[in-house]
Amino acid sequence: MEKMNKPLTKNIRPDRAFATLADYESTGGYQGLRKAITGLQPKDVQQWVKDAGLRGRGGSGFNAGLKWSLVPMDANVPQTRYLIANADEMEPGTFKDRMLMEQDPHQLIEGMIIAAYAIQANTAYIFLRGEYHLARRRLAYALLEARSKGYLGEQVLNSAFSMEIVLHTSAGRYICGEETALLNALEGKRATPRAKPPFPLVTGLWGKPTIVNNVETLCNVPHILHYGVEWYQGLGRGVDKGTKLFGASGRVKYPGLWELPMGIPIREVIEKYAGGMRDGYKLRGFLPGGASTDFLLPEHLDVVLDYEAVAKAGSRLGTGTIIVLDDQTCPVQMVLNLEQFFAQESCGWCTPCRDGLPWTVTLLKDILAGKGRIEDLDTLAGLTRMLAPGNTFCALAPGAMEPLQSALKYFRDDFERYIVGSHAIMEPA
Amino acid sequence: MKKQVFEGLSPAEIKEINAETSHYEDKAAVSIEALKIVQKYRRWVSDDCLIAVAELLDISPTQLEAVATFYNLIYRQPVGKTVIHYCNSVTCWMLGSDQIQERLCRHLNVGLGEMSTDGEYTILPIVCLGACDHAPVAMVGDELRLDLTENAVNEIFGR
Repeated sequence: MEKMNKPLTKNIRPDRAFATLADYESTGGYQGLRKAITGLQPKDVQQWVKDAGLRGRGGSGFNAGLKWSLVPMDANVPQTRYLIANADEMEPGTFKDRMLMEQDPHQLIEGMIIAAYAIQANTAYIFLRGEYHLARRRLAYALLEARSKGYLGEQVLNSAFSMEIVLHTSAGRYICGEETALLNALEGKRATPRAKPPFPLVTGLWGKPTIVNNVETLCNVPHILHYGVEWYQGLGRGVDKGTKLFGASGRVKYPGLWELPMGIPIREVIEKYAGGMRDGYKLRGFLPGGASTDFLLPEHLDVVLDYEAVAKAGSRLGTGTIIVLDDQTCPVQMVLNLEQFFAQESCGWCTPCRDGLPWTVTLLKDILAGKGRIEDLDTLAGLTRMLAPGNTFCALAPGAMEPLQSALKYFRDDFERYIVGSHAIMEPA
Repeated sequence: MKKQVFEGLSPAEIKEINAETSHYEDKAAVSIEALKIVQKYRRWVSDDCLIAVAELLDISPTQLEAVATFYNLIYRQPVGKTVIHYCNSVTCWMLGSDQIQERLCRHLNVGLGEMSTDGEYTILPIVCLGACDHAPVAMVGDELRLDLTENAVNEIFGR
């Protein structure tokens, strides 16, 4: 029964080979779908996932079943609905969805079929990152396998429900991961975000109700249906339910990815699973869930990986993949690298982001080149407020400000060290 | 270099692009796939190709150009047979992607985005390739290369 504690990775093998349909079925694969489609109404499936407490694994943390339950499904509304798997993994430091798709593609496919059944969508898209070539080949193969066994296509498992999954490969832009920008990308347009409301679940792809779920979120769904709500709730160690893929990268001994219970302390991930810091390096801080999350410090190691607990510590769970800052990497240079990424990937649609991010990069470059003034730090702090939530169309710029604002708070000395004479200015004459 | 005469999209390209249209509510939605199909055969998207694809999809060339210039993996100028995308995002940067880029560029004697004189390679930066536990990494053509070291030139081009 050991494997039951790790539903998401039970088919993941050390040799990086992938689970074929036969492999997948041999460990209980497609049983969740069978149960849903032969025994449960769509509303029941929504309720199961809602009760299980599965929250969005792409960083939002929104209850997935609740999201599905908000899709208009009365008889008197248009009956075309879409489901989209957001497989546009591009958050720097994040490498979880790639593994799920490359090594157990049927898990995602089954999750998508169940989700589509729950909202009665007959067409679903996998919006896959263009760079994920191996995932594309393996998903395409798995889709053929699923079709040949009647899990996909006309009358799924001889039921009245029919559905198709289309594999769409993107052409690379971080903003495509934002759900409304993703819709524009899928419609063949520039991936600029849309104003909300209306929310995609009411007015989405081609104006139809559309649910966008992260790959890892969907991968949880088959197991909730197969093993039940109570079992799923029992997997978490803290407040949040289920397991999650947590990772660590940077100068740790064993960078990697592990399926662990929600609510596990950050210390356990970094010290036990990642083996602590490489010899000769000390832990200076870390981004707990990708590039767009606030820095935390060694004093936060005992914070547990639950959505609210990480938020209370001043950051976000995000994607759950920890980027480790060591004592020999300059935090100012690291922040510059992050802001260059965000400035480059800004879609340019709204002014605070389009102008504010390059301005941030310019200021950081000047500071690092010894041309900074102490007032620049106030300007940077001002930008973190100007590019805050509510001032921009989407979460890209506010996300970009998270590592910056926390770096200014925790690593201010490092910034000041580059500013010539700043210490002298602050000292009494 | 002699300018090649554009003789329109090939039957294979047109067939593949048309096949994609069945997956979407309208033809314009195929824009990105269509550009990628053209690129598969020609490595990059010339003005002539862009206009021909726009005509095929019943959209204006300007509309398609807006799309073509938005996405990182659509090339609007010639690239080498194999494009090497080295990751320059945070973990790879921390573990030496700048030095890897320098070594690769020096080896081929090219700047970023340029084609090597033999037409074989172009080097471009790319955002996080989602393999941070094996940083630094690069994508050579379609293939991911993990755990690059200071011998990245050998690791990528062989001995």
